[in-house]
Amino acid sequence: MTSKTRHRALGRDAIALVAGLMFALGLGISGMTDPARVLAFLDVAGDWNPNLALVMAAGIAVVFPVHRVLLGRKAPIFDGKFHWPTRSDIDRPLVLGAVLFGVGWGLAGLCPGPALVGLAGGQPGLLVFVLAMTLGMLAHRKLMAQG
Amino acid sequence: MIESMPLASIVGGLLIGSSAALLLVFNGRIAGIAGVLGGLLEGLAERGPTEEKRWRVMFVAGLLIGGVVLRGFDPAFLPGPVGDSLITSTIAGLLVGFGTRLGSGCTSGHGICGLSRLSTRSLAATVIFMAVAIATTFVVRHGIGVTA
Repeated sequence: MTSKTRHRALGRDAIALVAGLMFALGLGISGMTDPARVLAFLDVAGDWNPNLALVMAAGIAVVFPVHRVLLGRKAPIFDGKFHWPTRSDIDRPLVLGAVLFGVGWGLAGLCPGPALVGLAGGQPGLLVFVLAMTLGMLAHRKLMAQG
Repeated sequence: MIESMPLASIVGGLLIGSSAALLLVFNGRIAGIAGVLGGLLEGLAERGPTEEKRWRVMFVAGLLIGGVVLRGFDPAFLPGPVGDSLITSTIAGLLVGFGTRLGSGCTSGHGICGLSRLSTRSLAATVIFMAVAIATTFVVRHGIGVTA
């Protein structure tokens, strides 16, 4: 491993760590780590709190222009290529997966990011949620492996 | 109890967006939490440190450390699930884990990164999971005779 590739690998590690930290703080500050607030956002027929729509809007307001600029570039700073998603078709797994995720999100008010960040809170319900979420992911992997 | 804090939601969203932008600009990776965690779980089955595993471990570590930092500021940032039904937590967790992998993404991967890339796949997924989550909340809170 040359010193340049080693530096790039360290750079990728550092960026991933900082990005994870920023992501967690963003989720906390925005209110996404509070399932009660998430459910109040999803409960459009109740005492609706639309604020959380601003989280997605603000996130897109940053990523959209950055993505536009990156389209004109060959590679990211610390890697040889961009790892863009390649699929573009709307197939059955996508639809069914989104439906199942929607039911789970609506039941608990937790999606994967806030669930992981929330672990530090130490509530049994949250720990159980994360364990079940991990099992769900592993079950999907096993099912796909069997074809 | 639920305060209205639009500014906090915007600041938080900008932070999340900046995190995703950082990961794209430097590492060329999509900040989709279900994808990061799912890929990490798949990587754990393989021996040795691989590039696919490494950055995911670091990103998840950052998320977990971020949780500790938030708790240090104010435990109210991490109030935990509503109610104490472990059965609900289990069912919801299984659905979120399986569903986000089957559907190739969650709120961050499809909702923020995918929509920013103008991906029709992500738009479809986001519309579906939002609509289903709203319908689910409605049924739980208003549809089965319980007044929330």
